[in-house]
Amino acid sequence: MDEEYDVIILGTGLTECMLSGILAVEGKKVLHMDRNDFYGGESASVNLAQLYERFRNGAKPPAQFGRERDYYIDLIPKFLMTGEGLVKVLVYTNVMRYLTFGSIATSMVYNGGKIYKVPSTPTEALMSSLVGILQKNKARSFFSYLQEWRENDAATHQGLDLNRNTMSEVYAHFGLNEDTQEFIGHAMALHLDDKYKTQPARATCDRIIMYANSAARAMEDKRNSPYIYPHYGLGDLPQAFARLSAVYAGTFMLDTPVDEIISDQGVFVGVRSGEQTARAKQVIGDPSYFPDRVRKTGRVIRALCILRQPIPKADAQSAQIILPQRQTGREHDIYVTCLSKAQEVCPDGVYLASISTIAETNNAPESEIGAALKLVGDIVEKFVWVSDVFEPTGDGTKDNVFISRSYDATSHFETVYDDVKDMYRRITGNELVLKNRNEN
Amino acid sequence: MSQQNSSGNRDGSAGAANTGPPHSAPAKPIQIKVVLLGDAAVGKSSLVLRFVNDEFQENKEPTIGAAFLTQKVRLDDTVLKLDLWDTAGQERFHSLAPMYYRNAQAAVVVYDITRAQSLDRAKSWIKELQRQAKPNIVIALVGNKLDLVADQENEEAEDADADADADADADADTDAEHTTATEGKERQVQTSTARAYAEESGLLFLETSAKTGEGVVETFTEIAKKLDLNQIASNNQAARPGQLNSGSANVNFLSEGSQSEQRNTDGCAC
Repeated sequence: MDEEYDVIILGTGLTECMLSGILAVEGKKVLHMDRNDFYGGESASVNLAQLYERFRNGAKPPAQFGRERDYYIDLIPKFLMTGEGLVKVLVYTNVMRYLTFGSIATSMVYNGGKIYKVPSTPTEALMSSLVGILQKNKARSFFSYLQEWRENDAATHQGLDLNRNTMSEVYAHFGLNEDTQEFIGHAMALHLDDKYKTQPARATCDRIIMYANSAARAMEDKRNSPYIYPHYGLGDLPQAFARLSAVYAGTFMLDTPVDEIISDQGVFVGVRSGEQTARAKQVIGDPSYFPDRVRKTGRVIRALCILRQPIPKADAQSAQIILPQRQTGREHDIYVTCLSKAQEVCPDGVYLASISTIAETNNAPESEIGAALKLVGDIVEKFVWVSDVFEPTGDGTKDNVFISRSYDATSHFETVYDDVKDMYRRITGNELVLKNRNEN
Repeated sequence: MSQQNSSGNRDGSAGAANTGPPHSAPAKPIQIKVVLLGDAAVGKSSLVLRFVNDEFQENKEPTIGAAFLTQKVRLDDTVLKLDLWDTAGQERFHSLAPMYYRNAQAAVVVYDITRAQSLDRAKSWIKELQRQAKPNIVIALVGNKLDLVADQENEEAEDADADADADADADADTDAEHTTATEGKERQVQTSTARAYAEESGLLFLETSAKTGEGVVETFTEIAKKLDLNQIASNNQAARPGQLNSGSANVNFLSEGSQSEQRNTDGCAC
């Protein structure tokens, strides 16, 4: 590693590996290091032994759960939608070929103590009992408005400026009530809380359109939900992008301690590991490599429950269930996901339910996710932990240190992709343009 | 063991592995993922290049931009499309991603017969495969660089040194650190030792030279014969990489972009 590189990357989380692959394809000389002896950092999928090591002080997993290595447990549970940015990157970089995706069997939302299937299209939405009789026409007007809306055609705007009007104003324009707003904002636009209502409507409308496109695609493919998921867990995503980087001559060093980030007059010049020093113009890394250059912005509660049966009432091999904040008297939604052998993440007869939400109190974390724990039914084993969420204090333009944001509590990868695009812009000075990898 | 295998009567004999599509059987080729494993500079890439393109490059630079190569193999009436995955150099600092080999149907674990250490590394890869890979994976242990010892074993070394430097790095998967390793052309791993280990562990065993081609085609035909094709064919239908697998519907994501699978069916697939 005693060499000069264009960029050194620390940590093999998804954000870092995506940037690694993209930059290597563009011809940058990349050195990619991780202090762990496995890929993925926080976005790894761990096996059962690693899970017990992390949360049970290294106790042996009970024999009843089967082979430890048949488990791929996401530390950050998320799903993908076919319309989202990450999927576009997977397709355009050809990384999709390294992965095998399956669909998630059902998508549900919690309402009045029960769970209902989330309608997968605007048309279905109008038939769902989640949208009241008197709201149906109003909701229809809203969905057709989005369908016809064109940025450059004022005639399609109905006097609204989506870039300036807030989402509340848009809801009011169409006369949508609290229940319909909850369904649209939380089950379709996947907002974690209600802050979006006071912000310009554009971002929310874009997300509704993305959801609707993914759902329409799912209908065509005879899938029951717009969500997809890679076999063997999300931990394959960073590994796949790492391979892309390696194929384009990126150098990978796992199990390599990072002892010093070296700067000269406040500008990054290299990384020291033991006696060796690698030099580069820029460094990219996750917050754990830069404790002095990040600030804590919040905490995420996550729980993993090992079940012997599917989630009652959802009764599927895989599911996503959203508990909107209003339904549980909280400020943030709780997400529940359930996976099984169908996704190759555990042995037959085992179901893995993950729960995540943003921590709102300093009380015992379990008390904040009570409604979700009740929902998943009989739990054989349960792991609950709280992760701090960090963001960088600087944007890297002065010191050439580019730090990613921690993975948040959202159920999708849009915020990860936003971070990748934003970092790419700061690192290269250019917008990230996705191009087909057609060179030979 | 599939029917094709038990018949032991593969199409043609010597060159069977390099034949193109069959004349009669219209059946789709069965796609097989074969991974190459082994220490850096034992000749993994060179074996693949010899097999696919029938070529050999002295002082080969690491390949950039190639994710894998494919080669068709005919076995009776069945055509196998072997996807040969190279390590992309990630083994160099022991940083190969498990994703690379986890779902492989076959693995070629290569060592350099002039470097005893590389057999130890091969053994640890085999252990890893036995823990992490599919339980029915076909593993071939391959001792490469027969050409380096051929002179010594057949004749008295005439001018050993002249060839040595050229050969030493010929198989380099990576550039650094291996110049010393293969400078001496003494065989360090006896055939009998490696074979005994392979038999004990249930592996195929061959010695090869990517430079002369000796044993290379045989390696892949032996693998093809040992695969359980019926099972692989049914699994392939259930779930395929690069596609969205949802019950009956297989959706090819790649059709979303303008690139197609076609350019990857032969030769460089990147």
